[in-house]
Amino acid sequence: MLAHAIIFYFFAFVTITSSIMVISTKNTVHAVFLLILDFVSVSCLFIMLGAEFLGMITLIVYVGAVAVLFLFVVMMINIDFAELKSGSLDYMPFGLLVGLVILVELGMMAVSWKYKPDFVVKNPMTTTTASNTESIGLLIYTDYFFFFQLAGFILLVAMIGAIVLTFRRKNSLRRQDITKQVSREREDAVELIKVISSKGVKIND
Amino acid sequence: MIEIGLTHYLFLSVIIFSIGVFGIFLNRKNVIVILMSVELILISVNINLVSFSVYLNDVVGQIFTMFVLTVAAAEAAIGLAILVVFFRNKGSIHVDDINSLKG
Repeated sequence: MLAHAIIFYFFAFVTITSSIMVISTKNTVHAVFLLILDFVSVSCLFIMLGAEFLGMITLIVYVGAVAVLFLFVVMMINIDFAELKSGSLDYMPFGLLVGLVILVELGMMAVSWKYKPDFVVKNPMTTTTASNTESIGLLIYTDYFFFFQLAGFILLVAMIGAIVLTFRRKNSLRRQDITKQVSREREDAVELIKVISSKGVKIND
Repeated sequence: MIEIGLTHYLFLSVIIFSIGVFGIFLNRKNVIVILMSVELILISVNINLVSFSVYLNDVVGQIFTMFVLTVAAAEAAIGLAILVVFFRNKGSIHVDDINSLKG
């Protein structure tokens, strides 16, 4: 029980500290790194709670998609030429620090996995035959199927919205125009000229 | 203190939520950090839902958390797209520059 408390306080401390630093740091790239650290800690807390599926989903969706999207936009928008020249090595120590803390967290989870019954909260979902993932699946595809479909629709709308907002048609690019290609007639392209012997023809006059 | 219960997780959730709300007000320079604060708020809501779901032995809370996750992902995508368009038009992402709708 003591180990459980120590691990909880460790993850809670990392979560709160990184949250405070996310909102207080001047450097936006640092803020995104700290956000990733925050999400990893929260997903570890979910796994401690016994919600393994949600822990993994949090890791995949937040760290793998949302945080990387943030980082991508930050890199794209913060055009600072002095920083660009000095190279990306500036972020190396900070990135290493964040990566190290994440590594320690994941290592703690891996080492403590064999003592899992002592750490994870016992809930009926795990004591019954169905695992956490199984019980979620059993409910989401039956009772909450409509909401599940609605969630997919929300994602579709978000995808279309993001594309519509950021899409820019460039006039300098030569684009394929299928209607134009198909409606091309022989008369537009080929011209037959009667060539008189030893006179030649003049093209493009 | 040693026995970790529902209260601990709720306190953690409350702390992260207030940090997120504070971040929105604190940050007057960068719109990206405001979006990150919104993500913090959403993840604190997730902690709340998951801990209640576990301690009340009801898996519905975790299903709801998945929907919150979906909305958070969609919100981040749309928010960042708006940000990119705004940066293209104005050349900055300062909060003070966003005043076109003030009239």
